[in-house]
Amino acid sequence: MKLLIKNARAIDPSQGLDDTRDLLIVDGKIARVEPSISDGEAEVLEAVGLVVTPGFIDMHVHLREPGREDKETIKSGCEAAAAGGFTSICCMPNTNPVNDTRAVTDFILARAKESGIVNVFPIGAVTRGQEGRLLADVGEMREAGCVAISDDGKPVWNALIMRRALEYAGMWNMPVIDHCEDLHLAEGGVMNEGYYSTALGLRGIPAMAEDIMVQRDITVAGAVGQHLHVAHLSTAGAMAAVRDGKRRGIKVTCEVTPHHFALTDKEVSSYDTSTKMNPPLRSEADRQVLLAGIKDGTVDCIASDHAPHTFDDKNVEYDYAPFGIVGLETAVSLALDRLVNSGLIPMSRLVALMSSNPARVLGLKGKGSLRVGSDADVTVLNPQKKVTVDSERFKSKSHNTPFNGWKLKGAPAATIVAGRIVWRE
Amino acid sequence: MPLRTRHLLGIEHLDKDEIETILDTADSFKEVLSREIKKVPTLRGKTVVTLFYEPSTRTRTSFEMAAKILSADTVSIATTTSSVQKGETLVDTVRNLEAMMPDCVIVRHPCAGVPDMLSRICRGSVINAGDGAHEHPTQALLDAMTMREKKGRIQGLRVAIVGDIRHSRVARSNIHLLKKLGADVNVAGPSTLIPPDIDKLGAGVTTEPIKAIRDADVVMMLRIQQERMDKSFFPTLREFAMLYGLTREKMKHARPDAIIMHPGPMNRGVEIDHELADSNASVILDQVQNGVAVRMAVLYLLVGGNPAQGPSTGGPS
Repeated sequence: MKLLIKNARAIDPSQGLDDTRDLLIVDGKIARVEPSISDGEAEVLEAVGLVVTPGFIDMHVHLREPGREDKETIKSGCEAAAAGGFTSICCMPNTNPVNDTRAVTDFILARAKESGIVNVFPIGAVTRGQEGRLLADVGEMREAGCVAISDDGKPVWNALIMRRALEYAGMWNMPVIDHCEDLHLAEGGVMNEGYYSTALGLRGIPAMAEDIMVQRDITVAGAVGQHLHVAHLSTAGAMAAVRDGKRRGIKVTCEVTPHHFALTDKEVSSYDTSTKMNPPLRSEADRQVLLAGIKDGTVDCIASDHAPHTFDDKNVEYDYAPFGIVGLETAVSLALDRLVNSGLIPMSRLVALMSSNPARVLGLKGKGSLRVGSDADVTVLNPQKKVTVDSERFKSKSHNTPFNGWKLKGAPAATIVAGRIVWRE
Repeated sequence: MPLRTRHLLGIEHLDKDEIETILDTADSFKEVLSREIKKVPTLRGKTVVTLFYEPSTRTRTSFEMAAKILSADTVSIATTTSSVQKGETLVDTVRNLEAMMPDCVIVRHPCAGVPDMLSRICRGSVINAGDGAHEHPTQALLDAMTMREKKGRIQGLRVAIVGDIRHSRVARSNIHLLKKLGADVNVAGPSTLIPPDIDKLGAGVTTEPIKAIRDADVVMMLRIQQERMDKSFFPTLREFAMLYGLTREKMKHARPDAIIMHPGPMNRGVEIDHELADSNASVILDQVQNGVAVRMAVLYLLVGGNPAQGPSTGGPS
């Protein structure tokens, strides 16, 4: 099986490539990347005016299966990922049951294979039941295919468990991904603490609740020399801590979500529960620091924290609504519009943030590159296309987004996984 | 002048003219309260629902009395007697009420933002009777009415608000209203009970009650709740009373003709001394009386101020 992509602007930070190229894919691998290729047997994808990049990887997704298939299934989540331009996604373990054993990891991978749309890389729990007490079956989950461990949704609360997790996962060079939040400081909070929480009478989650945990984690990671990845970093203080940690040579990486770089706590003013997520939308000052970190390279990855919830689950009092919004089908357009078309960063930097860096952070072999011999996972972008977000057209089972109706410039044009076009506009 | 809005969700989004319209209307309704027969036909044929998810005596009674004096039919729903106890969601409860076509829903709820949410569901008017720590607009209106009555004006008044500012919807609504009408507002409380950036709402902020009370025309004390101690906002009620409770000693710093207000229910001996609560300076019972007049005004302006929609616009002949 052959696929020939013609006349694309090929961008691949893994080999410093940004030029017009033809790409020939044979049997699921990148076979040739050259200025001009002809092949009579290959299916041809004409890509004039489009950008071709190594497949985008969303390293922070909640698929809800097993347990809450009414919100999302592995299949619907994979369809949403493909429609959003992602060739690989990593699913967080806070399902029911929690992905803390090989059996659950096997189940997820079997389901993902059945749907056969995008690559799914499970993230295992740090602790059994995500209860923060005893290590989950980290080694077995690694053997079964987990690429990292995290108790996402909750922090790894106990510093000793964090230490052990970093040391233990380090045997496989697996990062520990932490949802950094001091639960005492954050107790009962539903939005960022600041002027808007005061004016709206909602309980605040202070930035220091995140700052403190990031600082603690970096201290522990530095002491044991293992890899910490900070999930959905949202505060100026956390950014400073990561920047400082990197400067000191500590193995710390981090991700930022599109909603945190595009929105602020002012959006909560309508009490619309699609503005409720954790970490919460922060202040404009924090948002500016996130943009600066994206620009200067402190931020390694853009990840959506795709968190589907049913309409009914979100159609309640702000205090009672669950945290989270869907993101797979808006992330690429938000990133193209707000980061690239706004002039903040070049396209090659965005490709690093959404493909080669997540592949490097997670050690995904054959991913995040268009080098000959790599897996033929390719994202095709149309950076000029104007789109209007329409949540009714999402492939995801859930529609909880604050971006409905937004007009954005830049969108995915096609998603290719192992040489097969799994989605095109 | 009618109001621009169909709902009363808070003071924040009202302008000065709208606030004055409500207060002027309330002044004229107050006369009705002193009549032998306390009944006017203004809202005849209108249905008003009170939906209270929090205990309340004063506010609920006040709204019901206001509605009844205006000849509206009132229905009360308390969470202990409704299907809320059976696990029905707020949205479903309100949709079911809506099916019965009420003209107005008056809602109190422990969660901020619930009136905003209901305003997106209800065809009739929604009146906020207190939502979490957000707003309690009719309380601020009745407070303003009382200040105008006792002081002749709001513009230029120096108002101290003392106590638990963080959890107080009364403080927030009062700050919005008093700033819009040109008063000078200072809030005082322990630093743990002052929410971040409250000064951006326009109030002066201090932790020393005497600084706020100094030269005040109005001293408004807020209710302190026992359960705040459990969250380490302050150590004991005794210490809170010592530092922030209103005493004759502290009142000496206010203007000699200053009035004392409290939204109730009062903790006598905690936030306010017994003797002050019952002193001539206290206007606490005037506030309660004005509450009925203000709520009549709000109901009239939102529900009765405009002709009813539909075929019966002409009204009974």
